[in-house]
Amino acid sequence: MSVDLATVKRVARLARIAVSEEEADRIVGELNGILGFVEQLSEVDVDGVEAMTSVTPMAMKKRIDAVTDGNKAADIVANAPVTDQNFFLVPKVVE
Amino acid sequence: MTDLIRLTIAEAREKLLAKEIKATELTEAYVSAIEAANDKINAYVKVTPEKALQMAEVSDARIASGKAGALEGIPLGIKDLFGTEGIHTQACSHILDGFKPHYESTVTQNLWNDGAVMLGKLNMDEFAMGSSNETSYYGPVINPWRAKGSNQQLVPGGSSGGSAAAVAAFLCAGATATDTGGSIRQPAAFTGTVGIKPTYGRCSRWGVVAFASSLDQAGPIARDVRDAAILLKSMASVDAKDTTSVDLPVPDYEASLGQSLKGMKIGIPNEYRVDGMPEEIETLWQQGIAWLKDAGAEIVDISLPHTKYALPAYYIVAPAEASSNLARYDGVRYGLRLDGKDIVDLYEKTRAAGFGKEVKRRIMIGTYVLSAGYYDAYYLRAQKVRTLIKRDFELAFHAGVDAILTPATPSSAFGVADEDLASDPVKMYLNDIFTVTVNMAGLPGIAVPAGLDHKGLPLGLQLIGKPFEEETLFRTAHVIEQAAGRFSPDKWW
Repeated sequence: MSVDLATVKRVARLARIAVSEEEADRIVGELNGILGFVEQLSEVDVDGVEAMTSVTPMAMKKRIDAVTDGNKAADIVANAPVTDQNFFLVPKVVE
Repeated sequence: MTDLIRLTIAEAREKLLAKEIKATELTEAYVSAIEAANDKINAYVKVTPEKALQMAEVSDARIASGKAGALEGIPLGIKDLFGTEGIHTQACSHILDGFKPHYESTVTQNLWNDGAVMLGKLNMDEFAMGSSNETSYYGPVINPWRAKGSNQQLVPGGSSGGSAAAVAAFLCAGATATDTGGSIRQPAAFTGTVGIKPTYGRCSRWGVVAFASSLDQAGPIARDVRDAAILLKSMASVDAKDTTSVDLPVPDYEASLGQSLKGMKIGIPNEYRVDGMPEEIETLWQQGIAWLKDAGAEIVDISLPHTKYALPAYYIVAPAEASSNLARYDGVRYGLRLDGKDIVDLYEKTRAAGFGKEVKRRIMIGTYVLSAGYYDAYYLRAQKVRTLIKRDFELAFHAGVDAILTPATPSSAFGVADEDLASDPVKMYLNDIFTVTVNMAGLPGIAVPAGLDHKGLPLGLQLIGKPFEEETLFRTAHVIEQAAGRFSPDKWW
């Protein structure tokens, strides 16, 4: 499989990365290089093989359903570029 | 002062406990070495001398009162991927500009609890994506090694290039690193240092900036096998904050050094021979086999038939997980923000400006392989291939093999800004061809220096072990180290 310019633009949009025309052109070639490389996986017979979900044979640990952390809003917003009274600020999203 | 920085961790530990040297002296020696060398090596992106001296003073007091921890007063460098409270933690990415976490990663906390001293944060490929440390926002790291009679700048490998270069250039006694596809072992091999990626789950991933969560694992880079064993003992722990961390006691790895290899079976996989691999790497491999045989190990040929599919499967799984993990860098919660006409425009502009080329490339690949209609063909198939890769290893171990010996990398260190590699991302990816299988199967792997090539550059061998049998790797790597000797670059910096 390979990608064209329209697909690259669509993927960039999905990934929320702005790309210029020129960059998109370059990325078409790069992605096709990588997709060409991974194409060899199609020669592997995977019939009846289970997809890996965990490399270590262990059951997912579950913790008790209790509040163990919190009350640190100021810490959480401390690294945000724009905040107001412990809220993250973004451009208006609802009219 | 120069001799102080040349002490291994084990040697420094002895001198500190015997009160022959002070932790503050040792730290000061490293701080001045960094000051003199960092312009040329670029291993550190942030040096923290005040913090280091404060920590060293506490160490001296603890030693004086007989309360020394396992790493008391040992100055370490920390890869920029580890969250360090109140200190520069930016995964060497522009998008995390100014980020200072309000928490400490579990691995670094374990090191501080044992008395280690932090010298600063080490350069790396952006978000650990790279094999040459050239994708860092802070510029490439320069390998302290140079080819004989040449001034050409070489890469230290990646992504833990700063960690490996700092250890090789005596700019820290040891360093933390992380390995998603070879990021500890490949730079260790390129710099004549020892690097171990432990079994997935051995070290907590909590507080470490995530790249590909099912593959990422922290480990040390050190000057010798003993130092790597000492560091891993402190770094490893079970952690309630990482549900994939394993509840197994952490052994005294150092105790496994010097144990005999008699009765041990070492597997040699035929599939780890690739086209264009220099003859000297094959020779080095044969030399490694001979050393282990001399030490009493039995050598057996094994087959790991799905080896060649590990790298292509990795380049689906790792970017897929990265595209999801890196979705959080949105210009809202931390780091860089570029204004936009609406929120989507803000996201797109911020991410376009904040991520470097390689990171964008991998996010795009990951987004594509996870997108509607392609998931089964790419991601699901790759995860099935991963099961087969792991099964290859399980069959070998089931047949009685204790550890597997392979070359660590298909070449020695290459030049900075190599045009051939820069123009073809896949060529750069091939650096990890011998290391990536280990991450795909969640196994432990160690790279140990084994010799120099005709250019006088270090080459490493890799040992792969059974899950949670890092002790076997330390024991076997130590035998190689004893036979090969240790390698240090001639100082030019």
